This record gives sequence, C-alpha cells and structure tokens, in this order.
Amino acid sequence: MSLEAPHEDPLARTDDRESLESILGDHAIGWEEHVNAQGVVIRPDEVQSSLRALRDEGGFDHLSSVTAQEYADRYESIYHLSKYDDRTQEVSVVVPTAKEEPVSQSADAVYRTADWHEREAYDLVGIEYEDHPDLRRILLPETWQGHPLGLDYDQDKPQLVSLSEHANPIAEHHHDEEGETMFLNIGPHHPATHGVLHLKTVLDGETVVDVDPDIGYLHRCEEQMCQQGTYRHQIMPYPDRWDYVSAGLLNEWSYARAIEDMADIEVPEYAQVVRTMGAELCRIAAHLISIGAFALDVVGDFTVTFQYAWQDREDVLNILEDLTGQRMMFNYFRLGGVVWDLPEPREDFFESIRTFLDSFEGSVDEYHDLLTNNEIFQRRCIGTGHLDAETAKSYGCTGPVARGSGIDYDLRRDDPYGYYEELDWDVAVQDEGDNYARMLVRMQELEESAKIVDQCVDILEDWDEDDREIQSNVPRTLKPDADAEVYRAVEGAKGELGIYIRSDGSDKPARFKIRSPCFSNLQVLGEAANGEYVADLIATLGSIDVILGEVDR
Amino acid sequence: MSSHDTYDTTGPRDVASKTQQARMGDVDDRFNSRLRELFGSTPFILTKFDAFLNWARSASMFVLQFGIACCSIEMMGTYMPGHDLDRFGTGVPRASPRQADLLIVPGTIVSKFGPRMKRLYDQMPEPKFVVGMGSCTISGGPFQEGYNVVKGAEEIIPVDIHVPGCPPRPEALIYGIRKLQDRVQHGESAPVTVKPYELEEFGDLDRDEVVRELANDIDEETLVMRYNWGDSP
Repeated sequence: MSLEAPHEDPLARTDDRESLESILGDHAIGWEEHVNAQGVVIRPDEVQSSLRALRDEGGFDHLSSVTAQEYADRYESIYHLSKYDDRTQEVSVVVPTAKEEPVSQSADAVYRTADWHEREAYDLVGIEYEDHPDLRRILLPETWQGHPLGLDYDQDKPQLVSLSEHANPIAEHHHDEEGETMFLNIGPHHPATHGVLHLKTVLDGETVVDVDPDIGYLHRCEEQMCQQGTYRHQIMPYPDRWDYVSAGLLNEWSYARAIEDMADIEVPEYAQVVRTMGAELCRIAAHLISIGAFALDVVGDFTVTFQYAWQDREDVLNILEDLTGQRMMFNYFRLGGVVWDLPEPREDFFESIRTFLDSFEGSVDEYHDLLTNNEIFQRRCIGTGHLDAETAKSYGCTGPVARGSGIDYDLRRDDPYGYYEELDWDVAVQDEGDNYARMLVRMQELEESAKIVDQCVDILEDWDEDDREIQSNVPRTLKPDADAEVYRAVEGAKGELGIYIRSDGSDKPARFKIRSPCFSNLQVLGEAANGEYVADLIATLGSIDVILGEVDR
Repeated sequence: MSSHDTYDTTGPRDVASKTQQARMGDVDDRFNSRLRELFGSTPFILTKFDAFLNWARSASMFVLQFGIACCSIEMMGTYMPGHDLDRFGTGVPRASPRQADLLIVPGTIVSKFGPRMKRLYDQMPEPKFVVGMGSCTISGGPFQEGYNVVKGAEEIIPVDIHVPGCPPRPEALIYGIRKLQDRVQHGESAPVTVKPYELEEFGDLDRDEVVRELANDIDEETLVMRYNWGDSP
C-alpha cells in the first residue's frame, strides 16, 4: 500500500482550510471547526475518494480513529486523520448520514484499520458501511438486539447470548488430497492470551493459515460510563481501568489533555513535572509486566524473569502508592493539575525513587542477560512475527509495535505535552519489525523512562518552595461550550491513546470516544502471524502486548 | 464399664447421642449393636475422616488460572514474591478447570463472557469453591450501570466469599482465601443458590419477542443464556 503520488515534502502543512480545499475540491460540502483540527464535511458516498485524496495528495497516512455518533436529526462518522511524520497536522473528516437509512461508504479500501473501527461503529451506534469486507458485531455478542450507544436504546430489554461450537471459516477453500485444515480455539480462557481474548485460528499442520481475533469478552461500556459522568470528578476514575496493567496515570493523562484543551484549562508547570514523573513510572511498571509476560510466553520462564519483573514492578507500585495513595487505580490527575503534592517528607520520597533507579539499572542489564542475550529467546523471536512499516501504518499501529517496525513516531516528542520537551531523552526505534525488535524497543524505553524520572526528580528537588502550584483554578461545575469537539491523544504504554469528546453545553459529555492503541495493534495480528508456526503466533501476540480492558473498553 | 448406667447418663455420651440424633434422625433399634453403644454414634471414625479430608482440602487448594480484568493483575501480584499466596497452600494455578477446586473470579463479567464462565465452573470437579474478587463480582462495581455488564458473579455461579475492593489489595485477597479455607476446614460447603442465568437450549425457551426475533439465526439445540436486565438489581 505505497503512496501513489507522494507529496513533495511530507512536513509541508496541508491541514489548513486552503490546502484541504485544493485537495478535496468538490468533495467538501461543508466546514466545521474542531478544537484540535479543521473539520471537513463530505458526502457519505464519496468517503473512499475523499480519503484517498487526503492520503495520497495531502500526506495524511494515519487514520487514528473513527468516531460514530447519533444526533437527533442524523448519524455522523468522523475519521480522525493525521500524519506519522508530523502528528501536529490533523484533519477531521465528518460524514453525516441520514437518520432513516444510515449507510455510509467504508474507508477500509484506503486504510485497513477502518475495518475494525467501522465494525465497532456499526455495533455500538448502528451506522452501516457499504463495501465493508466483513460488517458484523465486534464487541457485543452476535445475537445482540439494538445498538446501545444509539439515542433510543432500551437498556432493560432482555438479551440472549449463545454458546455454540465455532466452525472452521475456511474449511471449504482449503481442502486437498494432502490434508485438511484444523480449526483451533485459543481462548477466551487461556494463559497465553493475556486476558479474555479468543483467537479463532485455522492451522494447516503447525502453520497458521488464518487467525481472527474475537474480542468483546471484557466490553464493560467504558464510553457509556464516561458519558454518564460529570467532567470535573466522575470521569477520571475510569481511565485507570482501561489499560489496567499499571498504566493508570498515562491513561488519566489522555482524558486530562483532551478536556484541558477543550475547556482551555492551564496546567501549572510544577504539576506538569509531577505528572511527567508519575506517568513515566507507570510506563516502567507497564513495560515490566509486558516483558515478564512475554518471557513467560516465549521461553516458559515462570520462575525467573517473570517473578523478577513483578518484583521490580512492586517497587514502582510502592513509589506510586506513596505519591497517589493507591496501588493500581490512582485517580491522581485532576483537571488543571494533580490532586495533591508529593508526600512529606519530600527528601525521603526522592530518596526512595533514587534507590529504585539505582537498582533498576542493574535490573535492566539482568533482563538483557536473561532474555535478549539468551540464545533460546533469540531463536524464538528473531525473524518471527514480521511486520513491515507500510502494513503497520495502514493498520494504524502505534507505540512499541510501530517503533519496532521502524516508524519513528512518539507523541511525547511529535505532539509535545507535559514537560517532555524540556527533558533529555530519546525515542527508541528498531527497524527489523519482528518480535525481537518490539521487545528491544520496550527494553530501551525502560531505560529512557528511567532517565526521564531521574531528571524530573532533579527538577522537583530544586523547585522553589513557594511556587509549588499543583492545580489551576477550575470551575466547580465545568460546562464547555455547546458543540465543541476535540480529539486529543497522548502516548500511552501501548501507543496512541486518544479521546474524542463532544460537548452539548451540559456538565456531561454528549459523546465520549476512546481510541485505544491495543485495539488497532491487535488488528494487525493476522498480518504478522499468518504463515508462521502456531507457537510463533503466541510469541507475536505477546510482543504486540494487548490489554483486553483497553481493546474492549 | 460393666454397668449400663455408667454410659447412659454421662455428659459426653449425652452429647454424642444428640449429635447422632441430629445427623441420622431416629435409628431403628435393629441396627444397634454393642459396638455402636460403646462408641456412642456410628460415624465416629467417619467424622474424623471427614475432618481430615476437609483439613487436607483447605490446606491444598488448586486455583484455576483465570484472569478477566484489572483484578487478575492484582491476583497475579498475590501469587508473586512479596505476597506469595503459596504460603497458604493455594499458590498453584491450574490451567485446566478439571484440575482446579477453587475459582477466583477476578474482574467484570460481561454478557459475552457469562456463558463461558458458567461452562468453566461446570467443568470443575466437585467439591468446588468460588472467591469473588473485587466490586465487579459483587454488583458490577463501577460498571454496574453498563448495558453489557452482569450485575455480579452471583447471578451466574454461587460465590462463597466476596472480597470487596477495586481492586482489592493482595492482603485482602489473602484474607478472603484464608476465610474460605476456614470454612472448608469446618465443613461448610458452598451454599446452593438459585441461578437466574442458566444455560439452556434455545428450543426450550419461551416464545417471547426476543426469541422470535432470533429464531432464524439460532439453532434449536444451541445453548443460550438469557439476560433479563430489567430484573437485575
């Protein structure tokens, strides 16, 4: 899927209205102003040609998310486009469809990632997409009645869920005299799926012919919960539970950033440093579990690496507990800052972080000894689960999965927020695109995060005692302007974690959409695993590192 | 012990016969024997064997390796060094339900997962015990109002011990498991509860609106679980 007519200079800005007008021409039938980007309205039967023009002529090669929503008079799909080379250039392509017959053209032919995003939109909101390769429910059971995020959905209506044997989807196409394919269910309850994921796998001998991830076993209505909560206090507890493997503060930041941009809330610099430090500690904890669990999958190393990783994570959690008062579900960020200052006595707190960082250097070396320098580990990982950069971009991969395929893309640097710009750190990138590369990226990120935490501690130690403002002034009841729309993302532990919020002028969001990095990353599993051994499928799944709470939301 | 009176009136004998009465009801005289009179009540040895079994059972519980959501991370943290659940004899997670006798339900149960969890529970050999970990398994927790969330594990399977928290700290889970071990050791088994969400064959369901709508899509013999959201707490 190469660019047919690449734009001369990928960094030239094409996200202003004039450039978009010249790219889209008659396709554009209206214009909207979103807080983060220019919004352009197009006809539902011109989705493919418009998006193709934006991708090939405008250079928008990253379909970050698709938001679907129902208004009183219409349905709407919003395609949030951006560029891997310059994340600050964004455009929202708005596709309204009629209330009676909500049919819109699918974007799957342009961006492969649209496949799952549109299935989700169909499942939850009820918009149908023409030319979609496989439009069926994705999060809810196939027998579900109604579309729960639609306006007239009756939640008390009884529902039936079936439990039947799964059939081999490609048995007929793959049957010759030499043998036949075998259908294998992996999950939803299986130690190697890292949660309640179901992989419908078809094997030919030991080789994977087809793998179809079946998700939705942990779809706990996070978007509905956030739409029922008030901006100021009731939403913040939920992000902790999206990516629940210790990435709490990173997730909280995504909501905080979106709403702070939308309602124009300033965050004091001191609070930004505290946020940055806490978030990077969370990243260390999340990557530790990822590495430990991967070792468990690949070299069956339950006794050493896995337990070492948990032990180190426990140390991080102790620091975070001192900071936030909670072990896992921190609820520490507030709009315009954080809830409270560092624990007293501050010297002891800094000392505990320094002690951890000193010992952590040795730990990382030890992980390298145990894993990346381990011959068995290398033979399992090098050259397996290969994912090239073009495919990764087409599927909207972000985070360590994209960086392991040579895509130099990190929102902390490319779309700066918090205090990252002031600090000295590097983005870890590996070009190989195999399981080993993804693991190396995580290993390097452990060290980079430790570097960031170290610098934050230095800065906080020297901070003027009279200038420790932890929260700016935010109205008790926050009501953003009616019809304001924003889509903002941060670099979560697994990649780009984006939030779309539309306000209707009340103190609760009218639409709250979560763009989960794991959701897009998991979609690419088939591309990376087909044609390889089933044992490598497990390794690939481990190195893509999905958290089902975030996939299903 | 030559005289009849000596063992008819003493305290312990009295207690023993009350126990016998409670356990067996009125016993037909024809089954009485000299030996039985001597020992007080029949199940003397058997009772002790039960106690021994219960003790063994409680001291070596095999947990099903079962992760659902956030709580499973804290549950794994409980197995790991630092908290080390194995100290209490419950540290060997089994990957197959057929080898497990304790099910820790660690997380939110949603409609799609409900039938699968029921199936796992049914596959475990008896006697089996369940610890519900976290608020979601009590009531749905923070997600209770969700359109897709089952309002507690007790809607589907019987739960012996509820450990509240979101998620509960490892110490709390250990406390819950110790409590369960206490109960097992004293022979208090799982209460039988009415389970509103049973797996049944689609063909056996009442022909109401939902069933009629799905009649073309679902085979008569397919197992289904019906969620009556309106009746949920």
